[in-house]
Amino acid sequence: MKKRLLAAAALLATTASLVACSSGEQGGGTTASGGNNASNCTNTIPKKDLPVVTMWGWYPNTQLVVDNFNKLNGEVQVCWTNVGQGSDEYDKFQTAISAGTGAPDVIMVEMDRIPTFQIQKALVDIKPYGYDAVKADYSEGAWKDVSVGGAVYGVPVDGGPMAMIYRKDIFEKYDITPPKTWAEYEQAAQKVKDAGGPLFGDFAANVSALTMALQIQKGAAPFTYDPAQQSTIGIKLNDQGSKDVLDYWTNLARKGLVGTQDQFTPEYISGVINGQYATYISAAWAPGYLTGAGVGKGEDTGKFAVAPLPQWDAANPVQVNWGGSAFSVTSQAKNPELAAKVAYGLYADKESLTDGWTNQIIFPLNLKALNDPAFVDLKVDFFDGQQANKEVYVPAANAYKGVTYSPFGQYYFDAMTKQVSALIEGSDTGAQAADRLQEDVVNYAKEQGFTVQ
Amino acid sequence: MTLQIEKSAPRTEKTTQQNRGKVRLREHLMGWLFVGPFGIVFLALLIAPLAYALYLSLFQKKLIGGTSFVFLDNYVKAFTDPSFLSGSWFVIRFSLVSIPLQIIIALAMALILDAVTNAFTRFSRLMIFLPYAIPTVIGAVMWGFLYSKNFGPLTDIFALFGGTAPNFLSSNLIFIGLVNIVTWQWAGYYMIILYAALQGIDPALYEAARMDGAGKWQVALRIKIPLIAPALILILVFSLIGTLQFFNEPQILRSLAAGAIGPDYTPNMYAYQQAFSLANFNYGSAISFALGGVVFIGVYAFLFFTRKRRSFL
Repeated sequence: MKKRLLAAAALLATTASLVACSSGEQGGGTTASGGNNASNCTNTIPKKDLPVVTMWGWYPNTQLVVDNFNKLNGEVQVCWTNVGQGSDEYDKFQTAISAGTGAPDVIMVEMDRIPTFQIQKALVDIKPYGYDAVKADYSEGAWKDVSVGGAVYGVPVDGGPMAMIYRKDIFEKYDITPPKTWAEYEQAAQKVKDAGGPLFGDFAANVSALTMALQIQKGAAPFTYDPAQQSTIGIKLNDQGSKDVLDYWTNLARKGLVGTQDQFTPEYISGVINGQYATYISAAWAPGYLTGAGVGKGEDTGKFAVAPLPQWDAANPVQVNWGGSAFSVTSQAKNPELAAKVAYGLYADKESLTDGWTNQIIFPLNLKALNDPAFVDLKVDFFDGQQANKEVYVPAANAYKGVTYSPFGQYYFDAMTKQVSALIEGSDTGAQAADRLQEDVVNYAKEQGFTVQ
Repeated sequence: MTLQIEKSAPRTEKTTQQNRGKVRLREHLMGWLFVGPFGIVFLALLIAPLAYALYLSLFQKKLIGGTSFVFLDNYVKAFTDPSFLSGSWFVIRFSLVSIPLQIIIALAMALILDAVTNAFTRFSRLMIFLPYAIPTVIGAVMWGFLYSKNFGPLTDIFALFGGTAPNFLSSNLIFIGLVNIVTWQWAGYYMIILYAALQGIDPALYEAARMDGAGKWQVALRIKIPLIAPALILILVFSLIGTLQFFNEPQILRSLAAGAIGPDYTPNMYAYQQAFSLANFNYGSAISFALGGVVFIGVYAFLFFTRKRRSFL
């Protein structure tokens, strides 16, 4: 009964967000409310005589982060609007870029989108505006993900080191230890299935960023380009690693070992609540997301644990990243220097960071938080008191080397969704899907004027 | 009127003409004044955006290389673009299946409600119409959950008989799932239009038919349906235009079934993706106009084949 109630709660929450999303889409593009207009902020600005910088963002605790910034800063105040999460925000920003007006001064973006906006000259290089002062606060890998060439287009906020979240109760019931390699992962899945157990994981069409991360783990380098020569790009989406990863998951799905449910849907979340999936391959922000959706509460308390991401070669582990975000300054900012001050300062004070990681809203990239013993030693409630940061996420984050993202991220992800969907429903091999994806994206790049190597 | 005036109060030719001119001018001004509010809104909110979109559709913007004038290249591309063609083919197939279904259901219900009069008729009429009063977005979200394996009733119902519920959000069955949503939403609305038309028929005709020995079926088939043919054609045109521009329902269900519904599922969704996700307003405009062309041809062809009976257009 309780499970049903929880499921219903999750359903309501997601319905609300669905409706919110869709109504956002209806008005999308036409109105970029909040843009450069400082009169309709979500927050109240305490120091009214200071200049105001507008900002879009969707962290669940943005209100607190903005209030902290405004309280601490004597030079500039932030006016914040939440125009939607992820794609909703990007679509609005994209429209504002095309229109040449309506964008905010500072915007929260996921790191994999930075090249997409940078190539349209929609972001400002903030290196001249105080980079040296905060350089030491972030790791080199973190800076790499927000840079294009030598220029810095964002201030890192949170990262997404990946790991395997699993159900302790299911693992105990079927006598399984966390698999260390993908081969062991498949064996464990087979064992659970043979014993009549639930699905072991999920291979979804709508999480291209996850699929890409898993391919990168097998050695794929999807995009290469020299930032000084942006019209020339290398695209390699059908290398052996990418093919192998698609084949591996397709094989698991066809054997019925993993599900093929779209993720971030009520269907998937309720599946996680009901114990339909033994593992959830995801990033460090997942516990916060799952908790918000009603997972791990009530009857389910303490059922989850986390282990490092399974490897292809246990002797040479590769750590990858899914998601992670930054604050960028847009080229429509009236005063880029002032806007950069906001980008550098937001979510960088101790109080905001602590709120972020204690509630598991973010996996901080700021070294002040990453090196804070309180953060490292935190006993995470969601994982039944397991020291998840120390055991899994911090080592994964430290070993992460950074990636070159594509300058047409949206198209690439949409095309990947199409191919993975065909893979799940059809009978092709992962290799064929990878070849088609390669052809599709290369054609798009050529059409957009790139010289493809 | 003027003749009378002229007769009763004879004036010189000149002044009469002057007066006439003044009256005509005043009438002219009044006419423009009446048309004005509509005209301004029409020009500003329909013609101007259309003209601008048409203008945009003649250009091409590349990430590398910027904007250039390409004349009709975007249209050539659209009509050879597999995404646009498969989307168009989908909405045509969807129209062929869903429109007859909706019209048959609406017609059957309207005829029943027209023939039967008891306490439940009014209630039933309201209930059948109700889905139309629910916003399409809410309706689509609701059906998304009804189709859900974990939340929906289908799993439980099929479990009673020991079967597994069909997944209407999978690639194979999403078509049927969407047909169902659209029919649920619109059949009641069409029913009301047909019902109103039926109510407008002179009851004396039924009486005459009965005296000639016609049964209830014959009255329905030979008198009622032919007499409401104009209303039937009206709703056919409505539904044809609406279905070819299919957008809301698949766009909403996409967040539940991204695998089954691609961003280019229907031409309208494809135009939206191009314009707002990929910042390709030029190609998005071209797709919109190309879709407009498809709709125009579709509706024109339909009206051409039914031209004998159309009295309302």
